[in-house]
Amino acid sequence: MDIFEFYKKMDADDIMLSFKGSVTSELLTSVLQIIEAKMERLNEPSKIKKKVYNVLVESLQNLYHHMDKNEQDIKGHSTVIFMIGNNAKAYSIYTGNYVRNENAEKLQAKLEKINSLNPDELKAYYKEVLNNGMMSDKGGGGLGMIDIARKSGQKLNFRFQQVDNEFSFYSLNINIAKQ
Amino acid sequence: MENIEIEGTPKTPTIKFNPGEGHLTIQGRSIPENSIEFYKPLVDALEAYGASPKEKTNVNIVLEYFNTSSSKCILDVFKKLEKINADSSGVTINWHYEEDDEDMLEAGEDYQAIINIPFKMIEIEE
Repeated sequence: MDIFEFYKKMDADDIMLSFKGSVTSELLTSVLQIIEAKMERLNEPSKIKKKVYNVLVESLQNLYHHMDKNEQDIKGHSTVIFMIGNNAKAYSIYTGNYVRNENAEKLQAKLEKINSLNPDELKAYYKEVLNNGMMSDKGGGGLGMIDIARKSGQKLNFRFQQVDNEFSFYSLNINIAKQ
Repeated sequence: MENIEIEGTPKTPTIKFNPGEGHLTIQGRSIPENSIEFYKPLVDALEAYGASPKEKTNVNIVLEYFNTSSSKCILDVFKKLEKINADSSGVTINWHYEEDDEDMLEAGEDYQAIINIPFKMIEIEE
């Protein structure tokens, strides 16, 4: 492996932190602390810091719950990737994980629905799911992606790449504009 | 009834509930991976408190961050309070948000729209 090439690629994409592997609660705590301290040093306005922090919590916890749920299920496909980028215009959060093909379809429909809504409709949808949605044992029962779309104020940028008859790779990119 | 005092951590808020005074405060960050477990003692205590609440119940929510896993649990807390408010005790929820944190103000307004309790939106100056 050419580490220098790898470094240059990440440098060109303004990546400030990247990780590939299994997600644990302790790892998430550390990553959140690192990014928060970094934004503090960069003197980011509190509004931007909060948005980035919120969206980061939701997207990383999505990965965590995904692993939690699938540990037995997707042997060999249980690791994930995430990266956090920072350039002059925006903070970027990238995540990637395997999903079963049948779940990919459901997830894609949900993401498309979220992307079809304007800010007022998103607010109404959030309240509807908050008030009526079924709470899963682990997560917020589907509120996470709605919250990410609301806080980032941008369309969700996602992609599903089918790997074989069973699995697809799900990639998500969220940007939080600096102004 | 006994008081509830839970110390805050980087991922969970400080909770202080004094049933004798009718005071509840939730303060800090609420971003645990699994919130149901964390909020259960409070939800249970409010259920018990509902049997004989104080004339007035004063609630202070001073959250810096909360995740969507917590948002459902916070709604559960408010639903218990809503019942108490309808039955006997006058409940007020003081929802604090930091100056220019529109997302936290909006989150309070979302709850206000769902829950039938008077909310006071209180801006904290930085």
